[in-house]
Amino acid sequence: MSQTVFAPWDDPNEKPLIRFQNVTKRFGDFVAIDDLTLDIFAQEFFALLGPSGCGKTTMMRMLAGFETVTEGRIELAGKDIGPVPPNERAVNMMFQSYALFPHLSVWENIAFGLKRDRKSKAEIDARVDEMLKLVRLEKFARRKPHQISGGQRQRVALARSLAKAPKLLLLDEPLGALDKKLRQDTQFELMDIQETTGTTFVIVTHDQEEAMTVASRVAVMDEGRIIQVATPAAIYEYPNSVYVADFIGDVNIIQGIATPSGDESYALNWAEGQPPITATSQTKFAEGQKAHLAIRPEKISISSEKPEGAVNLLQGKVLDIAYLGNLSTYHVALPGGQVIKAQTANTRRIARRNITWEDPVWISWTATAGVMLEQ
Amino acid sequence: MRRAALILVPYVWLLVLFLAPFLIVLKISLSDAALAIPPYAPTLKDGIAALIRELDFENFVFLTEDDLYWKAYLSSLRIALISTVLTLMVGYPIAYGMAKAPDEWRATLMMLVILPFWTSFLIRVYAWMGILSNEGLLNQLLTWLGLISEPLIILNTTTAVYIGIVYTYLPFMILPIYAALDRLDASLDEAAQDLGCTRTQAFWLVTIPLSRNGIVAGSFLVFIPALGEFVIPSLLGGSGTLMIGKVLWEEFFNNRDWPVASAVAVILLLILVVPIVLFQRNQQKQQEAEQ
Repeated sequence: MSQTVFAPWDDPNEKPLIRFQNVTKRFGDFVAIDDLTLDIFAQEFFALLGPSGCGKTTMMRMLAGFETVTEGRIELAGKDIGPVPPNERAVNMMFQSYALFPHLSVWENIAFGLKRDRKSKAEIDARVDEMLKLVRLEKFARRKPHQISGGQRQRVALARSLAKAPKLLLLDEPLGALDKKLRQDTQFELMDIQETTGTTFVIVTHDQEEAMTVASRVAVMDEGRIIQVATPAAIYEYPNSVYVADFIGDVNIIQGIATPSGDESYALNWAEGQPPITATSQTKFAEGQKAHLAIRPEKISISSEKPEGAVNLLQGKVLDIAYLGNLSTYHVALPGGQVIKAQTANTRRIARRNITWEDPVWISWTATAGVMLEQ
Repeated sequence: MRRAALILVPYVWLLVLFLAPFLIVLKISLSDAALAIPPYAPTLKDGIAALIRELDFENFVFLTEDDLYWKAYLSSLRIALISTVLTLMVGYPIAYGMAKAPDEWRATLMMLVILPFWTSFLIRVYAWMGILSNEGLLNQLLTWLGLISEPLIILNTTTAVYIGIVYTYLPFMILPIYAALDRLDASLDEAAQDLGCTRTQAFWLVTIPLSRNGIVAGSFLVFIPALGEFVIPSLLGGSGTLMIGKVLWEEFFNNRDWPVASAVAVILLLILVVPIVLFQRNQQKQQEAEQ
């Protein structure tokens, strides 16, 4: 049996679970969401990524029902949810502060939503036990929120928001309060839980690593607009703008003037007295058009001897070395003063490496290593 | 040594300002009324031995014989209890509104709550006499509006006492409730709605239980002074309102029966010990919960 790739966004017959149609949200004069259109599909793990104030939290709060839409409409499973109050939406939210009820025990917190649905006691008991098991907190059912750790509280909040089996779960910076190590473990746990429950997750985060790890698709936002929506790999490898390339991971941006030099191949004149850079691009650039070449540091090789047959080759001097343990990032200053970052994996022990500060080095990359961007 | 001195300060304070006066009052309550200055016997001038021999519980027995006193105690308890509930009903919405108000308004609103303290309590009670009397502002306004043809008789009734107590002690109710509500994370209310509560349900299931400590603290701060209240019932309540504070005052100044007045005061204090202890326990529990 062949494994089908989960990509409902590529199937034109697939109906989205959530549909933003030309949604605009204004607070007074301030435009928080600007004419935004977006489809999110069932069982997706969708990440809204952007700097603070980009409108990602507003989008989430509109889905939960805490903010109204100024213009446009939001559909959930084909129905306009504009007039539906928060308590009647099949949407649950996990709050950034967790918002656990301090006067109720872990068990009562998880049962809170179920009790509102007037379910029978047996049903509530069974569902709460199931949720406690899912987040591995069976032993803590009788504790109050202030008697458990931050990581446990996070899991209670998750269990509480999942208890009513919502069509859509919203997670507002769910891992923001956890320390780095715990955050990484929890990311995988979140993905497992998302898979087991089959719930659609929409996560808001400003942490690009987190978005890349957990999400099936990432929407990069800025100033109330979506700049790009794509899978994490596509966002990283094929950003559609300098903003996205710069926001996700580390990147070198080289500005220049493009000259077509063959089929989908361009020469980029980027500095006086330097040879033009050869790069390929599927987007067309006209003769003399301004272009930005975005190239990731790990795609640039660095060596102390001149490599043979490299397409793009530049000489420079090592300015700085950022030693990250598994990786080292070299900041190489070119004769014109530009600084290019090159990254290598530290596969050898430190004593065997031969490049150090002030060393003259060669940096090189292939024609397909970078992405040419208009803006 | 320094620690002992530090602990000593509050105890000396209590001894001088609370325990010593209480013992004096207790001693007077065990004495007999006399036509003398001071108007009771025995005094220290009679010598310690005679003093101890002459003291008895006669006045306390007298309090049980005349039904005026226990009726006054019960009536005070009832008035204090009802006024506390009324103050809570008026104060909670105000505190809630303050906690929900935009940040830039809060300092002003807080100021407005505290502002009445800037004038004398007595003057404010007299002002209420002007408002509530038969020819007062309220009746004039209602007549002018055509809502009533005969003036409402409010002054010198229990209603006026309730109005006076609610008005006077309102800030004591508002401030602790506001403090409790202000600390509440707004997302708790949203979480309740998100999980299926209507706004009303969210209020009763989340906001009220989480402001419980403020409600309890505010209620005690109103109930305790209202129980022994004397100025408000004597100025606004007229002769029909029976409150122990007023009885005490009359016993002391009109009858010049210091020993009976003191006995009334001692019993009042014993009654007040119960809510004060409960209040202290609530405060302590609250502090423990915050740690």
